[in-house]
Amino acid sequence: MYAFEMERPTTVDEAVAALKDEDAQALGGGQTLIPTLKARLAMPGKLVSLTGIDAIKGISKDDAGRLCIGGGTVHRAIAEQGDFPGLAGLAARIGDPAVRNRGTIGGSVANNDPSACYPAALLATGATIVTDRREIAADDFFQGMFTTALEEGEIVTEVKLPIPEKSNYQKFAQPASRFPLVGVFVAKGADGVGVGVTGASEGGVFRWREAEEALSGNFSADALGDLAASADGLIGDMHGSAAYRAHLIKVLTGRAVSAAA
Amino acid sequence: MSKVSMRVNGRAVSGEVEGRTLLVDFLRNDQGLTGTHVGCDTSQCGACVVHVDGAAVKACTMFAAEAEGAEVTTIEGMANADGSLGTIQQAFQDHHGLQCGFCTPGMVMSAAALLKDNPKPSEHEIRKYLEGNFCRCTGYHNIVKAILAASGQEMPAVAAE
Ligand SMILES: Cc1cc2nc3c(=O)[nH]c(=O)nc-3n(C[C@H](O)[C@H](O)[C@H](O)COP(=O)(O)OP(=O)(O)OC[C@H]3O[C@@H](n4cnc5c(N)ncnc54)[C@H](O)[C@@H]3O)c2cc1C
Ligand code: FES
Ligand code: FES
Repeated sequence: MYAFEMERPTTVDEAVAALKDEDAQALGGGQTLIPTLKARLAMPGKLVSLTGIDAIKGISKDDAGRLCIGGGTVHRAIAEQGDFPGLAGLAARIGDPAVRNRGTIGGSVANNDPSACYPAALLATGATIVTDRREIAADDFFQGMFTTALEEGEIVTEVKLPIPEKSNYQKFAQPASRFPLVGVFVAKGADGVGVGVTGASEGGVFRWREAEEALSGNFSADALGDLAASADGLIGDMHGSAAYRAHLIKVLTGRAVSAAA
Repeated sequence: MSKVSMRVNGRAVSGEVEGRTLLVDFLRNDQGLTGTHVGCDTSQCGACVVHVDGAAVKACTMFAAEAEGAEVTTIEGMANADGSLGTIQQAFQDHHGLQCGFCTPGMVMSAAALLKDNPKPSEHEIRKYLEGNFCRCTGYHNIVKAILAASGQEMPAVAAE
């Protein structure tokens, strides 16, 4: 690891000010960033730790019935909440218990790893990402592998998710990394069905619109009929070909629909 | 360099650290607590698991400065007051839950975190909880047995034996 300074502000305003330095970077739970620093793939001059900011931790519900999760909330707390079981199930399978005790939802969505779990749920539910300066719809936020709408130094302070009537996340784990090879989040809400797919595409997380349409009329695995996810633009690597990932998308979508609760 | 203070195994300690100093390096190099091991240094293996404010974390994936004011427990804090092995440690010895012993500190710390939340875990729950703790020697069965024994449960033959 290259040397850097470390700051630990206790308010969002202080953190935003500290991040104005050109080569400053936010530190969430460090479960992605610390391995990245060790591999010398990032070289910030200063890390601004967000772990001392209590205002961005915790889970509540707003008047619209959305689940509001502070950006600094750890995976474990999300796994233990009971208001949104589909999301709890997703969080409970991220990494392992020690990763879940440190890693945060804000860090995960800001990083937008093409195999990260939460982005699939955020797209499927039509969530809103709240930052220190604005609110961004999930559809506009995720812009391709490791790319988001965030500006330099912008902090994810909260994620607001409409709680679906039924939902489920199916993760087909890649056994070495334990990230999903493909993961599918299905959410059945008042306005229709959302299907978010992670792990599969060169373009990062995406919505499988054809399946959303088919399921909105008839929320059962049968409704997928002979619909097939296209292999165009999907990731093909030593762990699975693009065609295999396309196959998994359909199978996991069907399983998520059947398991949705 | 900046100063960091925390309690480690009940004792107040402090030291000078760089921003990049990992908690595991502070524990091993500054505090001489070499029981916490570094197996992979890539956040995969769990040999470095310690408890920070009661939660199991990978000490190779947390900066020492982030433990400011925290209560840290390492494997050295798991023995009884008279120096004899704690219940989980003794169960690992009794049930041959270790061979080379390299993974053992992390296994014991993860087991302790599990039993705190779930005093009577099933075999399946134990295996699931240890997902982030790798052992290259034992094949895991005796580790699972040791944890079942430490939780005071009958030990049915574990799966795949
Ligand atoms: C062994 C292992 C297995 C894992 N398995 C999975 C898995 O199955 N599924 C999965 O989804 N993830 C997995 N992860 C990743 C884990 O979920 C990380 O916690 C997460 O991706 C990053 O969150 P963090 O809080 O640790 O962020 P950090 O590592 O601290 O930061 C990641 C990036 O986000 C930025 N950042 C952090 N917080 C914020 C914020 N609030 N606002 C703006 N930017 C911010 C940082 O600057 C950095 O660029 C795994 C990690 C490990 C080590
Ligand atoms: S040394 Fe920390 S996880 Fe392997
Ligand atoms: S006993 Fe050798 S690695 Fe587990």
